[in-house]
Amino acid sequence: MTGSQTVWLYAVTRGDADSSPPAVRGVAGEDVRVLTEGPLTAVVGSVDARRFGPDVLAGHLENLDWLATAARAHDAVVAAAAARGPVVPVRLATLFSSDDGVRELLRGRRGDFQSALAAVTGRAEWGVKAYVDPDSLADSLSAPDAATVPTGQSGAGSAYLMRRRAKLAARQSAQSAAGEWAQQIHARLRPLCAASRLHPAQDPRLTGRRDWMILNAAYLVDQDRTEPFHALVRQLTEWQAGLDVELTGPWPPYSFAVPEGAQPGERHG
Amino acid sequence: MTLAPDPFGSGLGGGQAQSADRATNLGDILERVLDKGLVIAGDIRVNLLDIELLTIKLRLVIASLETAKEVGIDWWEHDPWLRGDAERRELAQKERGRRELTAAEQTQEQGQRAHEEAEEEPEPRRARRGKNS
Repeated sequence: MTGSQTVWLYAVTRGDADSSPPAVRGVAGEDVRVLTEGPLTAVVGSVDARRFGPDVLAGHLENLDWLATAARAHDAVVAAAAARGPVVPVRLATLFSSDDGVRELLRGRRGDFQSALAAVTGRAEWGVKAYVDPDSLADSLSAPDAATVPTGQSGAGSAYLMRRRAKLAARQSAQSAAGEWAQQIHARLRPLCAASRLHPAQDPRLTGRRDWMILNAAYLVDQDRTEPFHALVRQLTEWQAGLDVELTGPWPPYSFAVPEGAQPGERHG
Repeated sequence: MTLAPDPFGSGLGGGQAQSADRATNLGDILERVLDKGLVIAGDIRVNLLDIELLTIKLRLVIASLETAKEVGIDWWEHDPWLRGDAERRELAQKERGRRELTAAEQTQEQGQRAHEEAEEEPEPRRARRGKNS
C-alpha cells in the first residue's frame, strides 16, 4: 500500500464464500478487492488519499451530487457482495489507512461479525412504505354534519370558527386513521419476518410525493417466505381506498447490520 | 401496489435475491448507506468526518421528522421496536414539538380573542403556525 492510497470498506462477508472480488467498480471507479482473514472476508477498494482524505471528503459529502454518486456506488458494491452470500453492510465513508487496519478489525471483532452474518444468512431486507392521499382520506372520513353550522345569534365569525374546527377535526381523524392503518400493516407483516425495523418517514423532497408517508419499515425476510410476504403486501394495498403500499428490495441487510437493541454509538472503537 | 424499480427482478422465488443493478430511489439508498449499516471507526481520523456526515444525516432525518410531525404521524415514537439514535433524535424533536404546540395554542387563542373583538370581520387574521426553533 503506497502512502497515497486509503482503504474504503464496503462490507464484511464470510471467508468461506466465493472470495474472488465482485465484478463492480467502487466509489472512486476503482477495482474492488477482498481481504480474507480467518472466517471473514472484507470487501474493500483502494482510493486516492488526496481525494478521499477526511478534509476533502467532508467537503464532498456536503455536495448532494457527489454524495448521490458515492452512495449509489457504495450500494452497488454491497449489493454485488450480497448477491453471493450473507453480508454485513458497512456505513458509507468508513476508511482505513491500510489493509492491515481492516485485517485487525476482522480479527478483533470476529465474533460480532460472525453473529451478524448468521442473523442475515438466507434472508433479505425488504422495504415497505405506505402512503395515503390526505385529501381523499379526509373526504372519506368527514361526516356530512361537519359542514352543518348552527346559524342565528352566532354570526358569521362564529360560523367561520365552526367551519375551521370541523376542518381541523376532519384532519385530525384522518391522521389518527392513517396512524392506525400503519400500525395494522406493520402488525400483519411482522409475523412473516425474522426481524423488522421502523424508520422515520422520509421527507417528501426525497420521495417526490405529496402523499403522507405513514409507514417506512424494513423487514428481514427468509428466502422461502419471500412469496407469501410479497402476496401479503399486495393484499394490503387493496385493503383501503386511498392507501398505497410500496415495496422496495431486495436490499442487502443495511437495517439489520446492527443487532437489535445495540446502540450504534457503542460500536465505535 | 406501487412497484419501486425492479422489486421482484431476479429475486422472487428464492436463490440469492440481491441484484446488483437496481435502479433505486436515491432517498432509499441515502437512508440506508448513511443512516443504517454498521458503524465502524476506521483508523483514519474520522472525527471530523463524523461531524460532517452528521450534519447531512441530520438535515435529511430532521427534515423527515418535521414533515412527520406536521402531519401528526409520530406513532413510532412509542414503538418499543424503535431504538438507538433515531430514538434520541426523536426525543429532541419531541421537546421541540412540544414548544411548537404551545406556541401554536397561544397563536390560536390570540386569533380567537382578535376575532371576538371584531365580530364582523369574516376571516379572523391568524398568524401562521411558526417554527420557532
